[in-house]
Formats: sequence, structure tokens, C-alpha cells
Amino acid sequence: MKVSLFVTCLVDQLWSSVGASSVEVLRRVGCEVEFDDRQTCCAQPAFNTGYRKEAREVAKRFIEIFEQSDADAIVSPSGSCTAMVHHYPELFAEDPEWLKRSQSIAAKTHELSSFLVRVLKVDDVGATWNGRVTWHDACHGLRDLNVKSEPRALIKQVRGADFVELDNADSCCGFGGTFSVKYPEISLAILDQKIEAIERAEVNAVVSGDASCLMQIGGRLSRKGSKVRVMHLAELLASQS
Amino acid sequence: MNHLTSETFDKNAKAALADSQLRGALRNATSLFGKRRLAATSQLTNWEDLRTKARTIKDDVLAHLDTYLEQFVANAESRGAKFHWARDAQEANAIILNLVKERNARTIVKSKSMTTEETHLNVALEGAGIQVVETDLGEYIIQLAHETPSHIIVPAIHKTKRQIAELFTEELGMPPTDDVDKLTSTAREKLRDRFAAADIGISGVNFGIAETGTILILENEGNIRLTTSLPRVHIAVMGIEKLLPRFADLDIFLKLLPRSGTGQRLTTYQSFITGTKIDKDSEGPEELHIVMLDNGRSRMLAHPVTRQSLACIRCGACLNACPVYQNIGGHAYGSVYPGPIGAVITPQLMGLEKTQQLPYASSLCGACREVCPVKIDIPRLLLHLRSEITENASPEVVQAKPKAGERLAFKLWKITMMKPWLYKLSAKMGRLFQGLVVKNGKIGPATGPARLAPPLVAWTSGRDLRPIEQQSFRELWKKDLAGK
Repeated sequence: MKVSLFVTCLVDQLWSSVGASSVEVLRRVGCEVEFDDRQTCCAQPAFNTGYRKEAREVAKRFIEIFEQSDADAIVSPSGSCTAMVHHYPELFAEDPEWLKRSQSIAAKTHELSSFLVRVLKVDDVGATWNGRVTWHDACHGLRDLNVKSEPRALIKQVRGADFVELDNADSCCGFGGTFSVKYPEISLAILDQKIEAIERAEVNAVVSGDASCLMQIGGRLSRKGSKVRVMHLAELLASQS
Repeated sequence: MNHLTSETFDKNAKAALADSQLRGALRNATSLFGKRRLAATSQLTNWEDLRTKARTIKDDVLAHLDTYLEQFVANAESRGAKFHWARDAQEANAIILNLVKERNARTIVKSKSMTTEETHLNVALEGAGIQVVETDLGEYIIQLAHETPSHIIVPAIHKTKRQIAELFTEELGMPPTDDVDKLTSTAREKLRDRFAAADIGISGVNFGIAETGTILILENEGNIRLTTSLPRVHIAVMGIEKLLPRFADLDIFLKLLPRSGTGQRLTTYQSFITGTKIDKDSEGPEELHIVMLDNGRSRMLAHPVTRQSLACIRCGACLNACPVYQNIGGHAYGSVYPGPIGAVITPQLMGLEKTQQLPYASSLCGACREVCPVKIDIPRLLLHLRSEITENASPEVVQAKPKAGERLAFKLWKITMMKPWLYKLSAKMGRLFQGLVVKNGKIGPATGPARLAPPLVAWTSGRDLRPIEQQSFRELWKKDLAGK
């Protein structure tokens, strides 16, 4: 199966190993992977802050680029950015042509774990990682895309990984995009509840499907001098030692 | 009286976060209600189906509200109810005050009603020298404390047991105790006398049934039953959207509302009131006045996107589920309707000028949508309101928002994202300049010139920041990954 990687701007610029790991995992399960380096952002920051005009232009550009690909699927290591692509039709409610184009792109776009499990029907990607891990359900993957069992199924197949459920795994980490800088105090208060749960879980790593949540959680863990590391699911799945 | 307004949401929230008693009370109560809700909803295997059906019914009501209103009014009038139509809060209060004065009423008992909180009815009545007694325990506590409710169904959720005990000692002169039974029985004794003496009872309405003209009110304490049956006159205040077409629809809504709100299978009391008493020997009030409140609702109805906010049945589940509400409580919102649904309704009721922080007071996590018994897509509505705020050109809205920097930032963001070369260049510039702030592979608390970037200051106030990679993914791809 041919896959076009939608890496997300955040991963591209701030966490490139997540992109490289995604490529590694997808190739390992037999996908042909392409990457169109004209891609930038999915438009979520503008859309979520209320700047629809700007979001619409950036979304159109995204659609135009990915329409040119002959790949069978667009796959992204982010539930949130995938969900944004699935929201595109809301931006074009009054524009029949772009509505249709946005719907076709949305239908082809998958979050990594759900692509592996639902589309490819794979849960063992041949990964090995030694340590105790837990999973944080990133909100948009969970509630916009219904990604819940897929990452757990994948993690449970990782050799050497001891998986434990996090208390309130499905509660928000407090990131919320511009929310995290508009209301940093509230964002941190929400985050600290997540951090407490992670501390109680006594894990070596907390894994999630969105680099944004992991930056929020990891940033706080780092500030507190915690030894727990944050890890993107793609990184865990790419690991073979 | 607390005087918090939506305009100062950011400051209100900060103050709430610093109040450890408040946060303790909120954490206990919201998690308890959340657990009870989950236990109660999981007993029903067709929960999702019920939600879908309920929403279909509400959508039908909202699409044909005029017809259902006519039907409701005709049926209730034929049973002796009198109707009053209020365009806004002021009109509603004037109507009620007039009814009170015409009857020379001095004492009023009132049961819990968010709609009368919305119109600030107590302030209007007390201003005219009328004594109003709140008879719901939570509302009674709030009235004694001269505060406003901080939750749609649990008005005193922000108070600890100890704070309530101190309040009762101070206001009611009872000996200090932390025995909940003693506290409630003291309140009950005080309130019983009031019911007997009251000239008028004022209540809200949970549902109005169009086909019978019945109003239905749910409660657990029995005070609503007394408020609506003992005094000679009953005034019920309801929003115009509160209708259900058929009596049989209650089968669905009575499964959804108590389970979502308090995690109960059914509330202790359900009062069905159809008109006035039939003859002089039967029980119940001689007069039933139903005040129908618009107060911005018809404006909400006219809008295709936000119309769904009128499907709300005021269960409060979204408040309990919201990570923002769980941490700051209701008062910070500066509105009668707090939490996620409040952040949607308040700007629509009061206008965007003074409420524009509220739609941004959400991480868009979607927990509210997940628990909503009538499937209101609250995150979608928040996003819609955010776009209304940025696109609104009215001077009041523009002036009220410190948005110039943000608008410019998103213009620049757009230009950057439209041109890959500019995107790459910005990243390179970032890499170059971040040398000033990166230490040990991370960006710590902003100091020096970094303090000139407000988002950076905000982020690093409590979190370290990941620096821009020395090699982006696209560079890795080109160098190592492509063509393998």
C-alpha cells in the first residue's frame, strides 16, 4: 500500500524523530512511503483560534498538494492534525466544490495507530522496548477519531514493554493549542492532574499519539526534574532494542 | 454578593486557582458526580440510542417552536393557566413584580430556577421590598451567603461542609456542628415556616408538554412540591425552548436528565402541573401564571449553527466533565450559566462585547460533547463563536479585544504556511535565535529579551519548551530517508 506521510509542522520542526519513526514503522509493515515536502501546516492553530479566513487558505493549499498524490492513504502521526483534516468540510460548508474536495481528502486521511490497526489490520509491528509504559489518550484522537483501543493493542505487542493504564487516561492534559498560552495558569492546573496520575503509575515512559500533548506533559515533567520520559507512539513502535 | 463579570474571566480564574478550599470542594464534587453519572448511564444498554432520539425530538421542537408553543399555551390555558410573554429579563421581572403587587403579596417562596437567576429576579423583587426565600437547600445557602450559584444543578458546589456550617452559625445562630443531618434539619425547620406564610410560590420549569399543557419540575428535596402547591398563587418561569411535543417523550428525557445531572435513575420528586385546581375543594394553587422568557433565545433559534445550544436541558453534566470548570468553578465565568455550555450560551444571551473570553476558556478536549445527553456539539459551537469574535467588526467587540498582536501573528502565520521557502526560512531563523535561550537542550523560564515574546513567557512560566530541531524532518527525509 502506498502512503503519503502528513508529518505535521510540529513534528517536522520540533520532533523530527517522530516523523522518521513513522516512516520506519510504515515501511516495516510493507507500505511504500512518500513525503511531499511542499506540505506545511494543516491550519489547525488558525481554525481553533477563530481565524477561519486564514485557515481556509492554508487548508486549500493542503488539499491541493495531497490531491496530487496517487497514494492510497494519507497517514499522520497526530490525532489532532488528522482530526483537523476531518474538520475541513466545516470550513467549506458554503462552497460545494471545495466541500467535495475536502471530504475526499478527509476520507483518505488516517491517524497512524488507527491506520495500522483498522486499515492494515496489524497490531504487532515487531517492536522491542524494555520498560514500564503508560498511554495518554490525546483528546482529538480519542473523541474526534474514536482512537482508543488501537494504540493499546499496538503497545501490548511491543516486546519488553510492561503496559499499565493511567488513571483518567482520557482526561485532557490541558494543552489545547493557543489555550495553553492564553490561559497558562488553567492549562497548568489541568496538566498537574495529569502529572500526578503519571507519577502514581510509576512508569519509565508516558506514550501518546500527539507531539503537542507530549510537549505539554514533557515540558512539565522536565521542569519538575522528573525521570519519566515522554515518547510518541511512533517512536515506541520504531524501537527495536 | 460576588461581582465577578465575564469581562475579567482571566483574573477571576487566577483567583479561583489560588483558592485551595474551592479547588478541593470542586475536585470532590465534580469527580463524584462524574462517577455517579457513569454508573447510572452504563446501566442502560441503549444510552446512545436515547441520546440520539432526544436530540431528534429537540431538533423537531426547535424547528417548529411556533406550532408547539401555540399548542402548549392553548392546552394550558384551557386548564386555567395564564400566560405572560417576556422579551427580556427586565420584562419578565416587571411582569412578575406586577403580579406580586396586584396581589399585595409580601412573602414569596421560590424553588431553584436557573431562568430566574438569568433574569436576576431576586434582586428585582428585593429592590421592591418583597421578601423572597429560596427553598432549595443549595440556593438557600447561596442566599444566606449573599452569593450566586456556581453550578447549574448544584448551586453551592463551591462550598465545603465546614464553610456551610460556619455560615449557618453566623446567619441562623445555630451551634457550630459539622453534622450534615443537623445542618439540613435546621434549614428545613426555618423553611417550613416560610412555606406556610408565603403568598406566592415561584418556580422554574424543566419541561413543558405541548400536547397536554403540563409543566414538569424535577427535584430531590420536596421544596418544589411545597412551593408550587401551598401558596395561593404559583408563578412558573420558563425559557421558550423548554418544550417537548408529547407526554410520551418524557420516557426518554426522564431517563437522560437525572442520570446525566446527579447520576440518579430518577429524582425523588417529579411534579406534573396541569393548570390550576379544578374546584375549591381540591388541592393546589388558585392561580397559575406561566412567564415565557425569550431573552435572546429567538435570536439563537434563528442561527443554523448555534440553534443547537437551545437543545440544552440544563443537566450540568458538561460542567462536571470539563477540566476547566473542575479547576476554576462557576463564579469565574461571571455568568449564571458557567462551564462549557455557559461559554456557549452566555455570549449569545449577553452579546460578544463583554463575554468574548468565554469561548476561548476551553482546551477543546470534547469531554463536554461526550457527556451531553442531547449531543450538543459544544466544541464546534465554541469554535464558531471564536470565529464570530475574530470576524466581528463592531467597534465595541473590536475595542474589547486585545487582538491586534494576535491578528497580525495569524496573518504572518498564514503567509509563512503558504510558502514552503518562507516556512523553512522561519525555522532556520528560529534555530539561529533560539541559541540565546536554549540551555541543556531545552528552553527554561523566559528571561532577558525573551520576555518580549508573551506566548513564550506564558508557556515557559511552568513548562520547559522543546527547541526547534537542528535537523527538521524534511531535511532528514532528503538526506537519509527518501528513496529507501
